[in-house]
Amino acid sequence: MRRERRMKGEGSARSGGGCPRPAGVSSRTSRWPGVGVVALTLITVGCTGGESGSASSSSDRAASTEALPAHAPDRFGFGRDASPARIAEWDIDVRPDGTGLPAGRGSVAEGELVYARYCAACHGPTGTEGPEDRLVDSEQWDLHPTSRTVGNYWPYATTLYSYIRKAMPQTTPGVLTNDEVYAVVAWILHRNEIIPEDAVLDAQTLPAVQMPARDRFVVDDRTGGPGPVR
Amino acid sequence: MSRDDGFTLSRRSWITTASGVIAAGLVRTRSDAIRLDAQEAAPPDPTKVPGRFVSPVGSRAPGERPRRLLLGERLSSSSRTPLADFMGTITPSDLHFERHHAGVPAIRREDHELLVHGMVERPMVFRIADLLRYPRVSRIHFLECSGNGRGAYDPERMPTEITVQALDGLLSTSEWTGVPVSTILREVGVRPGARWVLAEGSDSAVMARSIPLDKMMDDALLAFGQNGEMIRPEQGYPLRLFLPGFEGNTSVKWLRRIEVTDQPTHTREETSKYTDPLGDGTVRQFSLTMDAKSVITFPSYPDLLPEKGWWEIRGLAWSGRGRITGVEVSTDGGRSWTPAQLQGPILPKATVRFRHLFEWKGRDTLLLSRAIDETGYVQPTVQELWRARGRHTSYHQNQQRAWKIARTGEVTFGLGELV
Repeated sequence: MRRERRMKGEGSARSGGGCPRPAGVSSRTSRWPGVGVVALTLITVGCTGGESGSASSSSDRAASTEALPAHAPDRFGFGRDASPARIAEWDIDVRPDGTGLPAGRGSVAEGELVYARYCAACHGPTGTEGPEDRLVDSEQWDLHPTSRTVGNYWPYATTLYSYIRKAMPQTTPGVLTNDEVYAVVAWILHRNEIIPEDAVLDAQTLPAVQMPARDRFVVDDRTGGPGPVR
Repeated sequence: MSRDDGFTLSRRSWITTASGVIAAGLVRTRSDAIRLDAQEAAPPDPTKVPGRFVSPVGSRAPGERPRRLLLGERLSSSSRTPLADFMGTITPSDLHFERHHAGVPAIRREDHELLVHGMVERPMVFRIADLLRYPRVSRIHFLECSGNGRGAYDPERMPTEITVQALDGLLSTSEWTGVPVSTILREVGVRPGARWVLAEGSDSAVMARSIPLDKMMDDALLAFGQNGEMIRPEQGYPLRLFLPGFEGNTSVKWLRRIEVTDQPTHTREETSKYTDPLGDGTVRQFSLTMDAKSVITFPSYPDLLPEKGWWEIRGLAWSGRGRITGVEVSTDGGRSWTPAQLQGPILPKATVRFRHLFEWKGRDTLLLSRAIDETGYVQPTVQELWRARGRHTSYHQNQQRAWKIARTGEVTFGLGELV
């Protein structure tokens, strides 16, 4: 029934087979072709498969009056351009390929001191005692995790750098230097038997670290619908 | 469960110390106990005493004291909404559940800015005043933490004395007002090849999540309004991302940065947390959509049905994949099911109030509910989830809930009867 309504109300050869356009993806698609492609791909899936939750909400949006009116300008001009300095100041996350890692370096030995000073009070002297999250357990698991530590659950070493740099220590986040973060990451990875005792981490070596749990992660396959529960 | 204050404490004292009052016949139900309390401050005859004057801000009646349930006062913590105390579907803003990873930051509206950058034509900074000027939308949606319902999954440790609030109180519903993210992405111009964004908050954990770009283009909001007023600090003042139907953690609060990318960033909150070991050696990642779920809020623990006869079963149902199309109720432990009445309007990705009138015969009775959404998905049994995911997942535990009414009228959580 929903599909029929969609076909009736939104039939438009230009937007691709009678599917609704998400608001913002309109005749201006050519201005940012990347998004147009993504959006049209999504819509196609929603129309043919009929199982996409996103597609159904596109239908709901089209039925409402949420889309920008036809006379809306391409740009409103509210807000201001972001300077490269401003972006650099806030863009401190790190991706698995190492994008975002700063200059600097840190060794396991240096990390032991950083850990003792800033981390041990909450995570325990060896990273196993708590009271906060257990960090160290190199024992791997078969069917389900017996602990969820850096050593047996975290899929990317870069996540550790990004998280510690942003959020740790919890009561004084941001106090660690870039070198200190590299060092404490090195110590934690070493305690989990992932890198050797003489390892030094920097923007080149950290993304190259292979985490034991990396290949366990699979993308969500739930789609709703009456089929078997996933 | 840790202790809480206020209203729930009075519930608890009603169960224990107030048993003497019950025996004396003064109090038969929880609401009687509250009314008794309220009367202490009220004159015997309000028609003989002038009332109080108008006031700039209203407050609840003195005897009505719904409270969030706190699970430890720490930086990374949560508080739960008193679902059993509510009517309809909207959660009063001051009782909306909380889940913070580093406390609630104090932010002034005029200081806050949103940076949008990455794979865009024009990296831009928006003040709240800028965002308030854009065309707006308002929508009613639920928000649910994907850790909601944890605590009734392990067959070895199935609780009986657990409230709806403690089990499922990481759920709230509000009318959210904001600017569609698609409008802002149009303003900055998304470059070809973009597939994801990173959304980041300005709490002291600088909490961040990767979100598929198609979700951001579909129905995501930059929300600054909650139930008609500026969003509350606990819900992200002055700006939060709101992703209808997605797990609560992705609706990043105190939003300060959106970076458009071609791949997910794999933050801590989408790798070591908010992922689902499936019992076969793999771990499900980016399980973002909240599947359909329902919960009976009355009768529930620690209610007491003082007599047999006609009672109305009441509850909430919701789905992150669209509209609820039906809720079925069983009063015989799942052997037979009857459609419940749904209170319209039924909105997509919003809670729906359901009701079912039944005659309690005074016997041991096991109540269940199951929600069905517009995709045809039926809220599963716990056994179905075990078969699909094993018994060691921590999130998305949307299995059917059960409440047992004992012959005495005492209501307890009843899923243990079925496992």
